[in-house]
Amino acid sequence: MNRIDKKFKKLREKNQAALVLYITAGDPDLKTTEKIILTLAEAGADLIELGVPFTDPTADGPTIQKASLRALKKPFGLEEIFAMVERVRKHSQVPLMLFSYYNPIFKFGEEKAASLGQEAGIDGMLVVDLPPEESYNLRNFCNKSRLCLVHLATPTSDAARLKLVAGASSGFIYYVSVTGITGARKELPKGITDHIAQIRKVSDLPIAVGFGVSSPAQAKMLAKIADGVVIGSALVSVVAKFGRSKNLLPALKKFVAPIKSAMAKAR
Amino acid sequence: MLPDEQGKYGEFGGRFVAETLMPALLELERAFEKYYADPDFQTELKSHLRHYVGRPTPLYFCQRLTEKIGGAKIYLKREDLCHTGAHKINNTVGQALLAKKMGKPRLIAETGAGQHGVATATVAAWLGFDCEIFMGEDDIARQSLNVFRMKILGAKMRPVSSGSKTLKDALNEALRDWITNVGTTYYLLGSVAGPHPYPKIVREFQKVIGEETIKQIMEQENRLPDAALACVGGGSNAMGLFYPFISQGSVKLIGVEAAGKGLKTGEHSASITAGSVGVLHGSKSYLLQDRRGMILPAHSIAPGLDYPGVGPEHSWLKDTGRAQYVAVTDKEALEAFDLLCHFEGIIPALESSHAVAYALKIAREMGKDKVIVVNLSGRGDKDINIVEKQYREQARSHNEKR
Repeated sequence: MNRIDKKFKKLREKNQAALVLYITAGDPDLKTTEKIILTLAEAGADLIELGVPFTDPTADGPTIQKASLRALKKPFGLEEIFAMVERVRKHSQVPLMLFSYYNPIFKFGEEKAASLGQEAGIDGMLVVDLPPEESYNLRNFCNKSRLCLVHLATPTSDAARLKLVAGASSGFIYYVSVTGITGARKELPKGITDHIAQIRKVSDLPIAVGFGVSSPAQAKMLAKIADGVVIGSALVSVVAKFGRSKNLLPALKKFVAPIKSAMAKAR
Repeated sequence: MLPDEQGKYGEFGGRFVAETLMPALLELERAFEKYYADPDFQTELKSHLRHYVGRPTPLYFCQRLTEKIGGAKIYLKREDLCHTGAHKINNTVGQALLAKKMGKPRLIAETGAGQHGVATATVAAWLGFDCEIFMGEDDIARQSLNVFRMKILGAKMRPVSSGSKTLKDALNEALRDWITNVGTTYYLLGSVAGPHPYPKIVREFQKVIGEETIKQIMEQENRLPDAALACVGGGSNAMGLFYPFISQGSVKLIGVEAAGKGLKTGEHSASITAGSVGVLHGSKSYLLQDRRGMILPAHSIAPGLDYPGVGPEHSWLKDTGRAQYVAVTDKEALEAFDLLCHFEGIIPALESSHAVAYALKIAREMGKDKVIVVNLSGRGDKDINIVEKQYREQARSHNEKR
């Protein structure tokens, strides 16, 4: 069992949902990312998704597109991300996963990405543009290195596809709450409860819900029905606002605290 | 027959998209296979290609140009004479009919040079779709004529300011729109690129170019050509010409990419000639990318070639050796543009001028008994601003030298 599996097991025993936080690695720089991870872990993050910046993020809205561009101002690759994760691991055992587009991983080498990632302290991967039909090789390499490979389920996935997604996934299933790209939304679509119930029919894996979640109230609502709640763009906006300022870390804590406490009161 | 069930051409192609789009791609594949095999659909399509598009387009022998070069006989497949001025309409007519059958009320498309955008706006007006066209801001600035044409035709322009502000970014934004509006929207992709089944669909709707060419060259020369050439950006006009020739081993297939300011300068669009294998816009193919897998900006004087990727079937043809891929610079393309204007009275698109440039190069070295066919994929009216600017710059540097 790796850190992700253990975390979901522990939370299930405590009847709580996981707070999953997304940040773009290297925004504003990798040194700051290291501090952000430690701060978020301390603030109660149960799992942190590290976005691997990509020049052409077709599934992302403007907030994360801009974060990728900021990160790419000083180009770096998976080696540098792994080195940063190694430094984090000296201080924290918070579960960490890569959230990437496929090309940076393909170009680095799937096998190498899985094995070096695991050695550095990565626990899993989610590759946005790698549906089950294309993920066979990476799945094997992740398995070999005991990494979780998380796949997306979406409102457009029918029963047959949900089965396919569930069968290909390990660690958890990431349910995309909206038919759309990433980005904070004021209101979440109806029908999430039904969709989650559909996934539960075909899988025992934990289900985390993301895309569009931004407020404590939304997080609380989702924590009642899902095993994890992902917050991305709203958090990235805080990083964008404060950048390298010394107020960044306190601002992040202030952002996470009400979400964490709302989720604790959800069940 | 390629692609296989997973949409692969050897290792290339596939469906590298977010799960949100997978059901839509599967629905599209099912609909395409159903209607494309339906004789009624074929009859309807052929009728529209004849009466609306103006097919068959002529296969024209360039007598003066051939004499001037003094080698192989040069024929042009006149796709520039299609309605809207380029081969792009073959595909948009086919896909718009498909969208109608699928009951989708809204078309979206990406465009670089604006030819595919115009062709999409045209069929949208013709069949009564809502239509939005995504176009990079840089391309909007350099292809103002086509932008105006799309507006006149009733399409809504969606300027794209992200990334390099060209075709690649227009495609990103179109994909984002499709992810968001997938239920009501038909994404009318313009090249043999993108996720499966697009490379196949676009090839099938463009292969009429090669089929006509075979028939016409047999009528005029009573033999197949020694070589068939086409420019390659995403590669739809080339795939349309090449596909029916693939099984004819004696015919050399040559794809001409844009070497821009020169392959060594890094400012080019030669994905096959100078790129490496990667995944962009839903399929695995040759790409312009750095060692970390970040996509590099492309450059070409021809906006329609200004794309850092290429259709997966071209990558397959390259790796199997069935087709050869070469690159031609901005300067060489402009020289070919001039020659075709002056010796044949044909103003070619800058994209097609790349294919003409390489054809002239090899025609010189071939015997007078040889025959080559070049796909003149579009007309050059849209490029007059770019060419005029080049003429002005040449005149200025000429004066400075004196």
